[in-house]
Amino acid sequence: MNVFRLVILLIFTVQLQAQTCDYSITGVVRDFHDGSVLANSTLSVNGYDIYALSDFDGRYTLDGLCAGTYVITITHPECEVAEFTVEVQRDLQRDFKLEHHTEELNAVTVQGENLNQGTISGSQEVLKSEVLEQYSNASLGDALREVPGVSSLNTGSTVVKPVINGLHSSRVLIINNGTRMEDQEWGVEHAPNLDINAAENVTVIKGASALRYGGDAVGGVIVTNAPKAPVKDTLYGKTILSGASNGRSVGLTTSLLKAYKSGFYVQGQGTAKYAGDLRAPDYVLSNTGLRERDFSVGFGLNKFTYGFDAYYSFYNSEIGILRASHIGNLSDLIRAINSGAPDYVQDFTYDINAPKQDVSHHLAKLSFYKRFENAGKLNLDYSFQQNNRKEFDIRRGDDSDKPSLDLRLTTHTLSSNFLYDAMAGVKANFGAEVSYQENFPDPNTGIRRLIPDYEMYTAGVYATADIDLSPDWRLDGGIRYDFMQVDAQKYYLNSSWESRGYEEEFGDLVVSRSDSQLLVNPVFDYHNFSGTVGARYRIKPNWDLKFNLSSASRAPNPAELFSDGLHHSAAIIELGDLRLNQEQSYKASVEFTGQIEGLSFGINPYYNHIDDFIIMEPSGLQYTNRGAFPVYQYGQVDARLLGVDLRAAYAFNENFDLQTVFAYVNGQDLERNRPLIDMPAPNINTTLGFQKPEWNNLKLGLRNQSVLKQTRFPDNDFEVTYINDAGEQTTERVEVSRTPEAYSLFHLTSSVDFDVFKQSTLTVGFYVDNILNTAYRDYLNRQRYFADDLGRNFRIQLKLNY
Amino acid sequence: MKATKLFALALVAVIGLNSCSSDDDNTPEEINEEEVITTITVTLAPQTGETVTLTSRDLDGDGPDAPVISISGALQAGMLYNGSVLLENETETPAEVINEEIQEEADEHQFFFQASSDLNADFTYTDSENTYLNNGVSNPVGLTFNLQAGTASSGTFTITLRHEPSKDAEGVSEGDITNAAGETDVQESFDVVIE
Repeated sequence: MNVFRLVILLIFTVQLQAQTCDYSITGVVRDFHDGSVLANSTLSVNGYDIYALSDFDGRYTLDGLCAGTYVITITHPECEVAEFTVEVQRDLQRDFKLEHHTEELNAVTVQGENLNQGTISGSQEVLKSEVLEQYSNASLGDALREVPGVSSLNTGSTVVKPVINGLHSSRVLIINNGTRMEDQEWGVEHAPNLDINAAENVTVIKGASALRYGGDAVGGVIVTNAPKAPVKDTLYGKTILSGASNGRSVGLTTSLLKAYKSGFYVQGQGTAKYAGDLRAPDYVLSNTGLRERDFSVGFGLNKFTYGFDAYYSFYNSEIGILRASHIGNLSDLIRAINSGAPDYVQDFTYDINAPKQDVSHHLAKLSFYKRFENAGKLNLDYSFQQNNRKEFDIRRGDDSDKPSLDLRLTTHTLSSNFLYDAMAGVKANFGAEVSYQENFPDPNTGIRRLIPDYEMYTAGVYATADIDLSPDWRLDGGIRYDFMQVDAQKYYLNSSWESRGYEEEFGDLVVSRSDSQLLVNPVFDYHNFSGTVGARYRIKPNWDLKFNLSSASRAPNPAELFSDGLHHSAAIIELGDLRLNQEQSYKASVEFTGQIEGLSFGINPYYNHIDDFIIMEPSGLQYTNRGAFPVYQYGQVDARLLGVDLRAAYAFNENFDLQTVFAYVNGQDLERNRPLIDMPAPNINTTLGFQKPEWNNLKLGLRNQSVLKQTRFPDNDFEVTYINDAGEQTTERVEVSRTPEAYSLFHLTSSVDFDVFKQSTLTVGFYVDNILNTAYRDYLNRQRYFADDLGRNFRIQLKLNY
Repeated sequence: MKATKLFALALVAVIGLNSCSSDDDNTPEEINEEEVITTITVTLAPQTGETVTLTSRDLDGDGPDAPVISISGALQAGMLYNGSVLLENETETPAEVINEEIQEEADEHQFFFQASSDLNADFTYTDSENTYLNNGVSNPVGLTFNLQAGTASSGTFTITLRHEPSKDAEGVSEGDITNAAGETDVQESFDVVIE
């Protein structure tokens, strides 16, 4: 932890009321939180040459004051600058209490280091704004791949979902500015609905050790934070203009923050992105354009003992889905797999047609905090979220402009947290959270609902603590309980209700029956317990050892429970299961970091055992008038994931450095003793960096991204008899399981700074992705059956800080 | 404390505002999919003799039940048949005829007819986009066609409807599906006998 410079200001306003000028003020300066005395605080009286320094016991004396009203400013190395108004009519005895956390937080945020996001012993990593800015024109999922052990599950290259240590979707919580995102994260082609440009920094917590954010983080937690306003009179902002050759895209983002010494602040931020069809090395990826419009506004008051924040953000994106990946039936899929190239390639266009997604997300939030002397800080938050997802397929006749899926998910959350920090070396958090969620699938789609109407109620309570045992040992731990009730109204086809055998088990839930369908009203309750315990041992400065054990419990999400029907974008029939219960994970992780002169390293092995892990796997074929479709059904198995994330960096001198990160995860289905599906292949990223501050802060980086072939995958191939192009009945094995070959890409980054205007800095960045224009496919890209991944891309970025 | 009051007031307002909108507790409506093709009927009318019909009916659409296939009889060797295709959605009453939509979008649809190598039959289109759209385009659609039965044999007759095929690709307008691309809207096979 850094030690902050001592800055002293003294403001002293006087209205002279009497002539006697020999009064004094004496007292003690204390820490607001635990009442401990603060030595070396400087007290000064504005307008007068009167200063005092508190002694070892926090005592001070200010002499030579006349009767009147004064403003005294007190500063301390680790404290917020504080002002107190004092009325003097005689000699006064007055103790002052200083706050140190706000200043600490600001300073840390600016540096983006050591941000404590609720876990001491869990493995976590922070992405600073300078890294995030490079991805201004991309997405959160793209930026997070910078973190060792984080990969992404893609649909093309515009729908990017983060994967933490092999787990994704509902197993990874995304906390956007303090609020848990409720953006239909269950779907593999549903990317997080937030603008990366709204975040000042992003923290990735691998595992469930940050209980404050939820007990169901089987994979981990991603926390994005909006910029924190400083408590001083200031106005600053930045604008980033980006352009890229691949997709011929432009992106613009701008933000402005005005803060006052009173603690009041206002901020605003907006982003627009516009891109056309992307290109693989050998062909245009038709219909992969993107539009994105986002903005956020906020204001608040950041006072000594209380404050509030009001925040609203809006996200909208329209994303084209590769036309060639939209297929009609199983023989179309076989054709695509066999041909190795997309069967629909047109000239470049900015137009976006079906299939596409159009998603909006609103987040409104009110937070309030109050600090209590010798106790701690109470936070109250209310948030409102509405997520509207429309998916458009290629349809016939009057329906062609209608979405095939139109879901509106509304969530209200009320949460409270009390931070107890009155005892030295102990911090504890106690909190409670309730939420109400409603899903409304619009029936005007004319297509049976993939996700039904439902209402969901949740309530959770938690307690966490961290304790400094000694200067070297720090312990943390916590427990959490969550209750969830889901109350759904779901139509099933009579035939599928029967074939699933639901009638015997759930027949009493049926509300009404018609000729072809029946309406069911399942109301399911889930009780989830989660906990964590761990320790951090500081071997010596820059040498740390962390141990953590955590257990998370996740109830099945609505897709896992209720899906039943054709998923067009994948040409599979997905079947949920009403019988699913929650999955429970037990994760142990160790992180060892150290530094020997220019060499620094981090080693983070982990073992995650998951009982009743929910997976989706093929269970046969279903025949329709459109041909055959593979059926994928949700089920549960006991599973384990073990892996290691490694990081090493070496600074040759002050100009050159080399960094490398490596991640390996091994997932196993313990019941059938075979690998788990969709585990990221081992990958290694190496960056050679050069920097020369004297040359306009020149930075150059050459990066190699190598992804090995995933050799561990379950064999889900199946045999199907279909009519081939020659009209013959053929029996073929559909190789859906096969993994793509290893690949290695080179990327170039470069930037220089220029001082412009008076106090502004212009940063010009030039980047080349996939310099060698290598054709490759990635195992975790759902479009790998249909087309290659992105080809070479030149990007330019202009950033103006003011 | 002013901020506290302001916050409380805002909170109440927001909660109040939202509670008004949660009154839609009524039962969601049932959706009967309009686009589903439950029934494919291929009618083969010979110059002389019995008309043969081939039907595939799948009333639960994407549900687990497989289509039920019925074939009215055998084809006569050497006979020329006038063929027509009828697509219906029988989940509605009366059944909705989907042919109209195909005709309106004749430029985006094409049927393909295939006989397995052991079945002696040839197919020719007898309609074109121009038949339905008056657009002067001679690319076939396939709602009507001719089937020329050859010598006695038995095998598989497959009918496929592609949405947004590349009609200009090589061989596609002659009924060769190999380069047609697009996505499959209908695909069904019938085991037929030529006597």
